[in-house]
Amino acid sequence: MFVRLVYESFRRQKRRKLLAGAAITLGVTVATAMIAVATDIGDKMNRELRTIGANLLVTPQEDTLDVEIGGVNLKPPSDGAFLNEADLPKIKGTFWHNNITGFAPVLPVNVTLERDGKTENLTLLGTYFAKKISFGKEEFTTGVRSTHPWWKVAGAWPEDSSRDVLLGERLASRLSAKTGDEIAVSGRQLRVSGILSTGAAEDDEVVGPIALAQEILGKPGAVRRVYVSALTKPEDALGRRDPKSMSGPVYDRWYCSPYPQSIAYQLQEAIPHSHAEQIRQVAQNEGAVLTRIEGLIFLVTLAALFASALAVSAAMATAIFERRAEVGLMKALGAGRFAVASIFFAEATLLALFGGLVGFAAGGILAQQIGRSIFNSEITISPVLFPVILAIAVIVTFAGSAAAIRKAVGLDPVFALRGEL
Amino acid sequence: MSGFTPEQPHSAKDVAAGRANAPHTSMFVRMLVRAAVLRRGRAASALFAMVVAAAVATAMLNLYVDVQAKLRREFRNYGANIIVVGKDGSSLPADALTQAETVVAGRGVVAPFALVVARTVDGQPIVVAGADFERVRQLDRWWSVSNWPSAVPTLRQAQGKLSRVEDAREMGHPQALVGVRALAVVSPKNQPFDLEFQGHKIHLTSAGTVQTGAAEDSRVYLSLPDFVSWTGVQPSTIEVAATGSPEEIAGIMRQLEQAIPEADVKPVRQIMEGEARVLGKTRATLLAAAALIILTAALCVLSTLMGWVFDRRRDFAIMKALGASDRLLNGFFAAEAAALGAIGAVVGFVFGIGIAAWIGRANFHAPVVPRFTVLPFVLAGSIVVTLLSAILPISLLRRVQPAVILRGE
Repeated sequence: MFVRLVYESFRRQKRRKLLAGAAITLGVTVATAMIAVATDIGDKMNRELRTIGANLLVTPQEDTLDVEIGGVNLKPPSDGAFLNEADLPKIKGTFWHNNITGFAPVLPVNVTLERDGKTENLTLLGTYFAKKISFGKEEFTTGVRSTHPWWKVAGAWPEDSSRDVLLGERLASRLSAKTGDEIAVSGRQLRVSGILSTGAAEDDEVVGPIALAQEILGKPGAVRRVYVSALTKPEDALGRRDPKSMSGPVYDRWYCSPYPQSIAYQLQEAIPHSHAEQIRQVAQNEGAVLTRIEGLIFLVTLAALFASALAVSAAMATAIFERRAEVGLMKALGAGRFAVASIFFAEATLLALFGGLVGFAAGGILAQQIGRSIFNSEITISPVLFPVILAIAVIVTFAGSAAAIRKAVGLDPVFALRGEL
Repeated sequence: MSGFTPEQPHSAKDVAAGRANAPHTSMFVRMLVRAAVLRRGRAASALFAMVVAAAVATAMLNLYVDVQAKLRREFRNYGANIIVVGKDGSSLPADALTQAETVVAGRGVVAPFALVVARTVDGQPIVVAGADFERVRQLDRWWSVSNWPSAVPTLRQAQGKLSRVEDAREMGHPQALVGVRALAVVSPKNQPFDLEFQGHKIHLTSAGTVQTGAAEDSRVYLSLPDFVSWTGVQPSTIEVAATGSPEEIAGIMRQLEQAIPEADVKPVRQIMEGEARVLGKTRATLLAAAALIILTAALCVLSTLMGWVFDRRRDFAIMKALGASDRLLNGFFAAEAAALGAIGAVVGFVFGIGIAAWIGRANFHAPVVPRFTVLPFVLAGSIVVTLLSAILPISLLRRVQPAVILRGE
């Protein structure tokens, strides 16, 4: 009888059930999409923040002081220590290699540029543009194009294996040189493949493949500095601690968290004779901005959950309120409060399960759409969330119906049947 | 009852016409008020739904408008976004700093820097910078400094630490902020040290160290007056952290160019571009979230209100049976809905401002400023939603004979 009552209720009141089901589905869709966005926003924003540039810097351990003013290097170029280019792929062998979005080695060398009979002393910056590197079985592409995304080139980026160079924007206008010209740099004829604009010191420099800089310097494999761009976690009290003062388990936890400090520590381990440090301007502020955005989206998600819970309860309350006469009839025929309530709760559960299922799927699609249109990358929702969402849907539907059901079963059948309440 | 005219009707037709045309304001208001009072529970739940929806909408719109300003402030912690340098490495004119300050005028922080290459006692080159420490503290918040050199070193030392002879001797020496890497070169045991620039010597004590992970680590920083009296070199760079939208910042840059024609004014592109990207994406996400939440809230209102109106189909039928015109009925339910929407919107607006302020305080440690420009939108939106949820059931009920409704079918 119980099953028949519930079944008939669904069969005969299709429109009403559809309305309540639609409200639940919509609520679950919004909740699922917002939860998916909120759980993924940290990672997405972290990647956006990488446009500000590298957050870690690897230098030789025994280096002499940098003598640099306004980006112009005044240190004798052969002075000081160097890193070995052959060690660089090991960066992808560190514990947090998946968090390292790119790295770019640089080697500034002093060169003389001859043009129209005049010679000029300049800096040639050797680096990777988009170099293919393999570590073990893994292949990846890295260079300034990923670590310094604000560098703009009019013309073409040089090939890393070529001897083409980029001319800084201001240097190019001073020399009135353009893309495709040949320039004489320290006795070598080099082709200008493009004009580089960075808004910083590189605008007055020549930028070329690192092999070219090493050849001019006469030190094959030499690298002055490596800029590393990594996805990090905002540092907290643990992140700031000195690893030497930690006990075993604490050290493990520190080592296995992507703090800027622990990634720097691992880079130092991977590259012999190196010193790695966070670039505080980038690394510190990144954490602050990320925390703010994550907090904001978290609070907004709470608001979304609240709104969808309210919508679901409103729909359920309306649906039950409309069925007073039915309740009156059941009670007049001798149904107890418990029997009436259990019918309504059974219906609510069925609606919640159905709405939860459809809403979860729709929410997943919605999250994907949001991810694609805003971040140009997928936001995937983990299946682990499914039971959680379903449970939330059932609980909210129950809570939303509870007040209305209590009122309905408390009705005097006489008044309910006469429609006077 | 004064609204109903006491004039004598002549026929049934005249009665109906007279009633339809009579000014029935007072009865109208009475019906509106009684409807709300008699069915307190249902009216309250409809109003509650409306208030919540309006509050959520207000909070989301307020956040959406304000989040840009809040995040821009966070991004100013990245330091300068405009750099003013002398053309071709020359010093800036003496009045450049005052000029820059007049242009920026409270819309950011301005900090001058002067740089030279000096030599240590054993002849190593080292970059020495002159800076205004107070301004640097505001501009470059990421500097990790063990102890800032005090602005008036002699005074503070004179206050307590004069007991030791060494302190007294060092009293007159300028204090320096030494980069962590430079410290190992100039003063490995933290002792006072000498630097030389073009034959002029200076004796310095290290007040503390600075660590940034960048070029600053290899430098020695002096206060600007000490630096100028030692080297005679005037500031060559002014760093500006300007607040505002990209247009406002471009405006500040143009004004700086006009005020200091001898200088190059450059944007720090990496900061500006990153900021624009992150702000854009955050706003887009927030907009999507706001749209979803407002949609849900509106649907909640719609379902509650439609239930309420459907519930009153007996009232509707009685009014119709008593000869109320369709226009009057529509007007009655529409007015009721609009009143509910307006009250709900205003009350919800107040709550929404509260929610937004709380979120601002909890997340950004600064309250979100109430935006009254949001009110008309919330008000209009609320009234549209309530009207919609009243008109839909009414247009369905209108087709039904009053008798059928009154019989309860």
